Amino acid sequence: MQINTIQKVVIACLFSIISLGINAAEYTVEQQEKQFVKDGKLIEKMTVSVGDTIHFKNQDPWFHNVFSLSDIKTFDLGSYPKGESKAVVFDKAGMAEVECAIHPQMFMEIEVK
Amino acid sequence: MPCFEKTLPGLKSIFLLLLLMAFLMSSSVLASVPNPDEATVKAFLRPDLIPQPNHNRVTPERIELGKKLFFDPRLSGSNWISCASCHNPALAWQDGLKKPLGHNFKQLHRTTPTILNIVYLNRQFWDGRAVTMQEQALGPIENKDEMNQDLDELVKELKAIPGYVKLFNEAYPKDGVSKEAIAKAISSFERTIVSTDSEFDRWLKGAETKMTESAKRGFKLFTGKARCSICHSGFNFSDKGFHNIGLPGNTDEGRYAIKPVKVMKGAFKTPTLRDIALTAPYMHNGAFSTLTEVIEHYNSGGTKNLGNLDPNMQPLNLTKKEKAELLGFLLSLTGDAKEFVVPVLPVKPVNH
Repeated sequence: MQINTIQKVVIACLFSIISLGINAAEYTVEQQEKQFVKDGKLIEKMTVSVGDTIHFKNQDPWFHNVFSLSDIKTFDLGSYPKGESKAVVFDKAGMAEVECAIHPQMFMEIEVK
Repeated sequence: MPCFEKTLPGLKSIFLLLLLMAFLMSSSVLASVPNPDEATVKAFLRPDLIPQPNHNRVTPERIELGKKLFFDPRLSGSNWISCASCHNPALAWQDGLKKPLGHNFKQLHRTTPTILNIVYLNRQFWDGRAVTMQEQALGPIENKDEMNQDLDELVKELKAIPGYVKLFNEAYPKDGVSKEAIAKAISSFERTIVSTDSEFDRWLKGAETKMTESAKRGFKLFTGKARCSICHSGFNFSDKGFHNIGLPGNTDEGRYAIKPVKVMKGAFKTPTLRDIALTAPYMHNGAFSTLTEVIEHYNSGGTKNLGNLDPNMQPLNLTKKEKAELLGFLLSLTGDAKEFVVPVLPVKPVNH
């Protein structure tokens, strides 16, 4: 069976997507007591790699919002209640500022490498 | 003054009185509300210390200068409007107007927020456009619709008043008479405007209080069924957040102009509830003139405006009695009245 150039490219692409999927990490940042919290600790800055996913989970008994208007990532997760989680894939390198629009003291930086 | 005669109660009134006593004794109306638990006290007790930034530590000289500037109408373009014109200490540091008056009597479209306890907020103005108190202090001075003053011009004017030059040099030797020092001094003064103990505080502390049992039940509703403390949280009764509370017909985009995120459409800062009985009219647009109207509004759950409504808003189904209890609680948040002495201002030398 012969493999032409196009097929080679497709296979290479598939491999790279699969390997990205394997390497990409998943993190959870919780919204607790009107603060961004990771692993039980207040977090103001975290570093992730391109392709990583952050799950923003609301642990407070009131609604929170998560948004970013940064150059590398613009998103607005709307407002959602306790127990709900929404995910964002950070697919470009640079700095992203993530905030809760409802509670502006909830602010964190995410460095994407 | 007419005198009213004292009448002896007739049989009918005695019967009614007995009936009322029987009702009171049989129902929970007489049951007293237990003292607040430790967690509640911790969450709602006023702090002893006032926060201050490292770059602008509060000193008596800075407070004094800021106080003079705050009350000086020469800070406006017309030399007629001072900060205190709208933030009047005799009116709980606001003006009581639904449409405050600015330069040339222009009617402004947002109510004057009280200065009380702004030191505990981290965003200033109804839409939170200023992050620091210093930034806020210069905003209304420069605003064409409010005090309409060019800041460079103001610095020149103040430099021509020797009394001010001396005060600036004493308070801010590095800055002297400058925009920065004006902002720093005004914010230093404003840091001193904090609430005093109310009947609610005395109840929290276990001291003798005039807070009624009904008002205490109102506090339970406030933190429970009535959902108020979701946003009006902590000792200052503010989550420092922004919410669209569903005021019917609101067309002001509010916070959205600063943070263009959908949930901010028609959202405004959660104000303090300290001294709330003294700061009518209520809401950013002065929509309500009484707290009863405010309670009715929240009881309704609000109406979407600008396509938005904070999801924490929902109909409350409060009974008439519960509404009265809630009102009683809000009235218990009025701090002890404190006399305030307005300052004597430095005058420009005149060749008499």
